[in-house]
Amino acid sequence: MKYIDEFRAGDLAMQLANAIKSAARPDRQYRFMEFCGGHTHAIFRYGVQDLMPENVKYIHGPGCPVCVLPIGRIDSAIYLVEQHDVILCSYGDLLRVPASQRKSLLKARAAGADIRMVYSTQDALKIARDNPDREVVFFAIGFETTTPPTAVAIKQARLEGLKNFSVYCNHVLTPAALKALLELPEDNTYGKTLVDGFLGPSHVSSIIGSQPYAYFTRTYRKPIVIAGFEPLDVMQSTLMLIQQLNAGRHEVENEYTRAVSAEGNVKAQKLMAEVFELRSSFEWRGLGSVPNSALMINAAYAEFDCERRFSLPESQASEIKGCECPAILRGARLPSDCKLFGTVCRPDNPMGACMVSSEGSCAAYWSYGRFRQAQAGTGMESVA
Amino acid sequence: MSAVMKRFPLRLDTRNGVVDMTHGSGGRAMAQLIEELFHKHLDNDLLRQANDQAAFEIQAGRMVMSTDAHVISPLFFPGGNIGSLAVHGTINDVAMSGARPLYLAASFILEEGFPLADLEKIVVSMGEAARQTGVPVVTGDTKVVERGKGDGVFITTTGIGVVPKDIQISGDRARPGDAILVNGSIGDHGVAIMSSRANLQFTTRIESDSAALHELIAIMVNVVPDIHCLRDPTRGGLATTLNELAFQSRVGMTLDEAAIPIKPAVSAACELLGLDPLYVANEGKLICICPEADAQQLLETMQQHPLGREAAIIGRVQNDPNSFVQMKTRFGGQRVVDWLVGEPLPRIC
Repeated sequence: MKYIDEFRAGDLAMQLANAIKSAARPDRQYRFMEFCGGHTHAIFRYGVQDLMPENVKYIHGPGCPVCVLPIGRIDSAIYLVEQHDVILCSYGDLLRVPASQRKSLLKARAAGADIRMVYSTQDALKIARDNPDREVVFFAIGFETTTPPTAVAIKQARLEGLKNFSVYCNHVLTPAALKALLELPEDNTYGKTLVDGFLGPSHVSSIIGSQPYAYFTRTYRKPIVIAGFEPLDVMQSTLMLIQQLNAGRHEVENEYTRAVSAEGNVKAQKLMAEVFELRSSFEWRGLGSVPNSALMINAAYAEFDCERRFSLPESQASEIKGCECPAILRGARLPSDCKLFGTVCRPDNPMGACMVSSEGSCAAYWSYGRFRQAQAGTGMESVA
Repeated sequence: MSAVMKRFPLRLDTRNGVVDMTHGSGGRAMAQLIEELFHKHLDNDLLRQANDQAAFEIQAGRMVMSTDAHVISPLFFPGGNIGSLAVHGTINDVAMSGARPLYLAASFILEEGFPLADLEKIVVSMGEAARQTGVPVVTGDTKVVERGKGDGVFITTTGIGVVPKDIQISGDRARPGDAILVNGSIGDHGVAIMSSRANLQFTTRIESDSAALHELIAIMVNVVPDIHCLRDPTRGGLATTLNELAFQSRVGMTLDEAAIPIKPAVSAACELLGLDPLYVANEGKLICICPEADAQQLLETMQQHPLGREAAIIGRVQNDPNSFVQMKTRFGGQRVVDWLVGEPLPRIC
């Protein structure tokens, strides 16, 4: 695969690993949070942590849209499809997410609900066109990356006069989550958040650009390097973060220049602004209620808003007791610190947010890294 | 009337006709379907006897029996269809014991309304597969279910075979130090199927690897009778099958990512869909575990055969009470290669 294999080359990885080893000062710790699940996945799938010196550690952030979606939103979707007999179109990842009462979209489908896995918003539009007698709802989820296609679908539905299409909007915003993470009190019930720098989102940044991060480096004095999702991107960005810290800098740097510009994709931003507006508050699994952290369909496109079209009960679902996801998402604890991890909570029976998707940190720890626990003391020890 | 009456007034309409309930009711319509379609294309001495069972002499030795239900969407895909798959799949299940497959039985569940033209295509390719492999379908059964109660056609095939003397192949025989081999590139079948699904509009030149592996296996056991394990990594892919073997034998494994053959088009498609080729299904692949001392000779033998040309040694068995399958990544890191969890679903971002 041209243009992909180049970013996974083993010999370059060794060169970078050596550069990182010589750059990392032995007298300090380097704790970097990779914001996105895509980074987490790459780190585990390619074994990047193995190439790092002992004092360079990755902390796995909340940037997995499936993981942070609260149970209540899935409950509402199941209610929608069971009570209003709609065709619900969803991305595949979401189907397995556990809802209340041991339900999930996959189980609802097995029980007869009409839930269809789609690969794009265009598939959902086609289903709406092909089924003019049925209400078709698209379960929109994701950070800024997947938001513009949802906006396009809504505009297209209006243009075509599609009356049976609406969107269940669960789009969330990266900067708000980053702010929530950084503003957590240093010593709360979840423990200390110890992060020295951030690997910034890659795909999200291709939309929003690198500018929005300047606020964070200025205000919180932590460096951010926007990093691509390939393993060599992660390593190069790690080196850049180490160099910033060594030089006492805290700036926004862009490793992912092949896709990310300072201003981002202006056309996509305009599309988003045209169709969506900020929600005053949105619940995040693991982070709780975060102000201005999500989008809803604005008044001009209200007829495509599934939440306005159908009455949905407000779910009061709560997180599982004993689940350490909040602390893990904050980087305060490791998956292996959680009593549920690997005992009752596993990818085939996920209890908490971080185990739900393969991009969640617990799922990655379990699926790719659990041999380390067996060889005690080699990399699974607490970072705190 | 001088001439003998024709057995059926009109020929079975395999151009425009469809399956209806009478084709499963045991009467003349069913008899016609069996004669003019199944017997015609699957023809062999035993089937021609037209009994409800096939009777044959048995050979001395251990007999092997295996059955496999085939349901697949779409029924026709690049590189085969449900008919050829139903022959290859069961032959492979029998052959993975080291056995020489002898006979197949086939049972069809047809949905009312299914085009006879499609059924004929499927049975023709079953017949071709049976002739090419030398494993005839000697008995069968047909049922018809009402429209909406099936998915066109389901085919269950059962196979029997005989294991040559002194061959003891079993999933619990992997031992620390053994070598792990595959006969070729991974993930072709699953990607071919996905590319032909209606809601996934991408085109690829990848064809299913659907193939019967018994002849390759016959050569392999001839050269190395002490092969410990053989298994075909179908659903769940290479990763899940290796985990099954590790668990069954109570051993661990370490794979070398760089040694696992994967076609560039397969990794590209998986990249696009957010899937891992190690979990994608195969229908013409086998995993072989044998003593390290025999590995090189076995590899060279496999590479002589058309279905083993890209064979490779991909890892080693080791001692591990946790039965972890681990992989040394191309990157020089280490990770677990886990069981497949749930269905393989594409990732969002």
